[in-house]
Amino acid sequence: MGLKSDYVREVKAFQPSPPYAANAVKAFFVGGMFCALAQWLADWYGGTFAASPLEAHLWASMVMAGLAIVLTAVGKYDDFSQFAGAGATMLITGLANAIASAAIEHRSEGWTAGVAGQMLKAGGAAVIYGLIAAYVLGLVWP
Amino acid sequence: MKRVGKQTWVFDDGVYIQAAAAAVGPLEADGPLGSYFDVCHRDLYCGEATWELAERRLMREAVDCCLQKAGVSAEEVDLFLAGDLLNQNATSNYVARELPIPFLCLFGACSTSMQTLAAAAAFVAGGLADRALAATSSHNATAERQFRYPTELGVQKPKTATFTVTGAGAALVGRAPGRWRVRAATIGKVVDAGLKNPLDMGAAMAPAAADTIEQHFRDLGVSPGDYDLIVTGDLSRVGSVIVRELLAESGYDVTDVYNDCGLMIYRPDQKVFAGGSGCACSAVVTYGYLLQELARGTFRRLFVVATGALLSQTMVQQKQSIPAIAHGVVIEAAGQEPDLPP
Repeated sequence: MGLKSDYVREVKAFQPSPPYAANAVKAFFVGGMFCALAQWLADWYGGTFAASPLEAHLWASMVMAGLAIVLTAVGKYDDFSQFAGAGATMLITGLANAIASAAIEHRSEGWTAGVAGQMLKAGGAAVIYGLIAAYVLGLVWP
Repeated sequence: MKRVGKQTWVFDDGVYIQAAAAAVGPLEADGPLGSYFDVCHRDLYCGEATWELAERRLMREAVDCCLQKAGVSAEEVDLFLAGDLLNQNATSNYVARELPIPFLCLFGACSTSMQTLAAAAAFVAGGLADRALAATSSHNATAERQFRYPTELGVQKPKTATFTVTGAGAALVGRAPGRWRVRAATIGKVVDAGLKNPLDMGAAMAPAAADTIEQHFRDLGVSPGDYDLIVTGDLSRVGSVIVRELLAESGYDVTDVYNDCGLMIYRPDQKVFAGGSGCACSAVVTYGYLLQELARGTFRRLFVVATGALLSQTMVQQKQSIPAIAHGVVIEAAGQEPDLPP
C-alpha cells in the first residue's frame, strides 16, 4: 500500500482537515451576535419610531447590509469572514458583501459591463434561490 | 545539446544565464527573501490604476532590470519567451507589444518560469537565438479574480489553499559565458491524479512534480545527492510533504536537499494559508534568491522544478479533475560545475 496505489484516497492523510468544531462555535457566536444586534435595532425602531414589526425588521436588515458594505469597502469583511465562516456568510451581511465585493472588483471594466453587469456574479445564486424559496414558502405558509 | 533518456535535454556546450531580475509586491518584499529582489513595491497597485496594469508593470520592470544588468539593449535580444496566468496570457502579450523582440507566448500555469527558461536554453543551444529572454509574472489580485472570487468576497478558505505571489521574474539566456550555467532541463508530462479541489493545488500538483523529478533521475542516472538543492515551485506545506513521500515510495530520499519556493518566500507568521503559489513564486525565488546564492557559492548545482496546476475554472465547475505539469531545469554556478554523471 502507498500513496501511488490509490492517490485520491491515500492523499487525504496528508490534507489537514478543517477545524469543524471550532468553526461551528465561532460561526454560532459571531452569527448569533450579529442577529442579536439586528434584533436590538428592530426593537429600537419599533419602540422609538413606532415602526410596525415588518418595517422595523426591514430597516434593521438595511442597516446591517449597509454595515457589511462599508466593511467590504474598507477591505475588512473578507478577514472577518475568514474568522467567522458561516457566521459571516449566511446572514444578509454575507449577501451584501457578495454583491458589493463583485461591484468593487469589476469597477475597472466600467459602470455598465463592469459594476452593473458583474454585480450579481457572486450573490446572484443567493438572490435567485432566495426568491424561489420565498415564493414556495408563500404558497404553503400564507 | 542532446536529448538524454526520454524527457531530458542536456546543454553540454555552454548555455548561460547572463542576468536575471525579480520584481515583487509588498508582502513578498516583507518576506524573508525581501532583500534579494531588485524592485519592491509597497502597494499592490504598484502605482497603476488596476491590478492587471500592476502585473504588467511588474513584468516590464523585471525585463528592464534584467537587460540593464546584462548591459544588453532589447534590440540585441533575438527571442522573447513569456507567459502568465491571465486569460490569453494578457500580461505577456502586452509587455511584448512594447518590446522590439520576436515573441513566443507560452502557458504552463505556474510551471511557466522553468518552461520559458528551458525553452530559451534550447533555442540558444540549437543556434536559433544568440540571446533569449524568459519572463513570467503573477499577481495575487488578478489571479484571485481569474481563478477564484472577487478579492473582497468573504469566503472562509481552508488550510490547504495557497496564496498567489505578486511579482515577476526575467532571465536572459545566451551563449556568452555568464555567472550561471543552464546544464539540463527535464520537460514534464501532464499528470492528472484525479483531484478536483482548486483550493488544494499542492496535492493536485505533487504527482506531476514527483513524475518529472523521478524521470530526471532516471534519464541522467543521477541521484538526489548530486544536487545541493532540489526545489519545487509552489507545492506549499501540503504538497511538499506529499512529493517527498511519493519520491520515497520510488526509492529516492530527497529529504536533505529538498525545499519548496512557496515555503521559502513568506515567513511562517505571514497569513498565506499553506504557502505561496503562482508563476512568480518559483520565478522570483529562483531569479532573486537562488541565483545570488549560487553566485555566492552557497550552492553549486540546483534542480528547480516549477509546478503548474493546469486549472480551468470552467472545467472545475463541470466537475473535471485538475491536470498538472512540472518542468525542471538544472542550474549551476559557472566555472565550478561539479561533474554531472554520466
